[in-house]
Amino acid sequence: MSTESLVPLPIVLPLFGAALTVVLGRSRVAQRVVSIAVLTAMLVVSVALLAEADQEGHVVQVAGGWSAPLGIALVVDRLAGIMLVVSTVVLLAVMVYAIGQADAERERIAFHPLYLVLAAGVSASFITGDLFNLFVAFEMMLAASYVLITLGGQPDQVRSGMTYVVISLVASTLFISVLALLYAATGTVNMADLSVRLAEVDPGLRAAFSVMLLVVFGIKAGLFPLFFWLPDSYPTAPGPVTAIFAGLLTKVGVYAIIRTQLLMFDTPEWLGTTLLWVAGSTMVVGVLGAIAQDDMKRILAFHIISQIGYMILGLGLLTVAGVAAAVFYVIHHIIVKTALFLVAGLVDRRAGTSRLSEMGGLVRSAPVIAALFAVPALSLAGLPPFSGFLAKFALVDAGLEVDRWGIVAVSLAVGLFTLFSMTKIWAGVFWGERDQEPTRTPMVDGRFGAPVWMVIATGGLVAASLAFSIWAGPLHELSLRAAGDLMDPARYVDAVLGGRP
Amino acid sequence: MSIVLALVTAVLFACGSWLLMQRRLTRIIIGIGLLGHGANLLLITAGGPAGRPPLIGADPVSSLSDPLPQALALTAIVITFGVTAFLLALGYRSWQITTDDAVENDIEDTMVARRAADGPEGPVDDGEPTTSELGEM
Repeated sequence: MSTESLVPLPIVLPLFGAALTVVLGRSRVAQRVVSIAVLTAMLVVSVALLAEADQEGHVVQVAGGWSAPLGIALVVDRLAGIMLVVSTVVLLAVMVYAIGQADAERERIAFHPLYLVLAAGVSASFITGDLFNLFVAFEMMLAASYVLITLGGQPDQVRSGMTYVVISLVASTLFISVLALLYAATGTVNMADLSVRLAEVDPGLRAAFSVMLLVVFGIKAGLFPLFFWLPDSYPTAPGPVTAIFAGLLTKVGVYAIIRTQLLMFDTPEWLGTTLLWVAGSTMVVGVLGAIAQDDMKRILAFHIISQIGYMILGLGLLTVAGVAAAVFYVIHHIIVKTALFLVAGLVDRRAGTSRLSEMGGLVRSAPVIAALFAVPALSLAGLPPFSGFLAKFALVDAGLEVDRWGIVAVSLAVGLFTLFSMTKIWAGVFWGERDQEPTRTPMVDGRFGAPVWMVIATGGLVAASLAFSIWAGPLHELSLRAAGDLMDPARYVDAVLGGRP
Repeated sequence: MSIVLALVTAVLFACGSWLLMQRRLTRIIIGIGLLGHGANLLLITAGGPAGRPPLIGADPVSSLSDPLPQALALTAIVITFGVTAFLLALGYRSWQITTDDAVENDIEDTMVARRAADGPEGPVDDGEPTTSELGEM
């Protein structure tokens, strides 16, 4: 079996698993076994694909036996391979966490199938080489996420779920409109083909397409000024669901921005400057929004926004080093952010609330949770020797290379505010005393203050973030190679269209 | 692209966007539906002028309209249909809970706004927000 034939597996496996878990709906054990087996198989396939992509540059498979641009191309390049591996690791960890939680309310019959469909949508977004297929992948992922965010049907879930569904639908409608206009202008939706044909389109029109796609994916990624829906909707979902949304969904938007802008458009200077302004505003607004909050999950949700700014900053520099830093940052962020939300879930369970004013003193009653929080929190704030420091260092270095002093200064200042926010959570949750009684009764189980598999899953991600710092050198070189591919769209086009114009 | 289809698309987008800004859930859902129709129509018109169905044998191949956007629109319609059904179910659930289809402000947002209005020295009142606060624009 050649590696090319592995390419569709990250989409096919979870969909097959989803169907199987529906059939096995009566047996929770069988559902769990299928989910874990499917995600593990996906991880193996993803690693194999990344290894192959790193050697060959691009692994291409055209579905249905039609040649590109007629058939739907599935392409794994270095960036897609990296994203696949990181997202599958996170999906697997969160699945273990959800199983560990073993909460009848959370783990309904529908949870496993939906989660696997979400996994399929996420991987499809990464490996598709066709813009309309990207839309379908987004819808697959979003449709699953709509149900996951409202699973349980509690009043606050319905209210915030509504905002989430409506804003995502508006973005999807815009996406279809852009697709229609792009097709009318070029006669293709294959990304490699678009890259060739858009070069012949009038520059003004091209700029309009580029900005429209930026808006569409900006809504999904939570860019300033399109982020307002995010902090309201994410925190109300069940713990594992929030973690996977926070870790993956916005980053799929960031991936789509990086992919479409660099592959399909010639990214003129003004776009870079615009992106830098957007990045700066996203960072500042996100971090300031976090300071005003009292709810732990909402503080973390606002930090997603400010962190998205860092990734866009790397892209906005429009240099190989900048894009490499952005890719590097995405890897770090997916792992660390998911870990933080998993810890927030543990805290919520242990303290019976996620409001800072209603808890305190957890460092004595649950030292393991405190330790699990400390590592990713310091990493998020960018303290050495954790992964966040290395990712930020790469960004700052890339920024100074092209003399973008202003944005580098902003990013460093935002780092300080992030540290302030993390200390606020630390002081509120782990030190001090409760100001008020929590609304729910705290749950205490086991030596660690939480079910053992929840702790193992969280610990696994924290360990992954530490491993990231240890192997930062090879990972950064991999990011540099990925960025080299991204900055030279001709390689992608050659791989997909086979050198044919 | 015929001027009538262009106008219809424009009207659908305009009405959809207007309905989307309303505070009533039913109007928002109808607005989403209209926006979806507008986008699908735009997709169809991208395939060429109306009145030339892509049926093999009906016309010479060169004068047929492009079938691909029609296939794309079909996919988009199915997706819109499914999601609208979900949205209606969600709207119904919301009505079951609140017996009103107005969209409320977010509780946490309201509480942060109240803290800001009280100032740092103001009274700390973390009770549930009142109905009038949630309804404020």
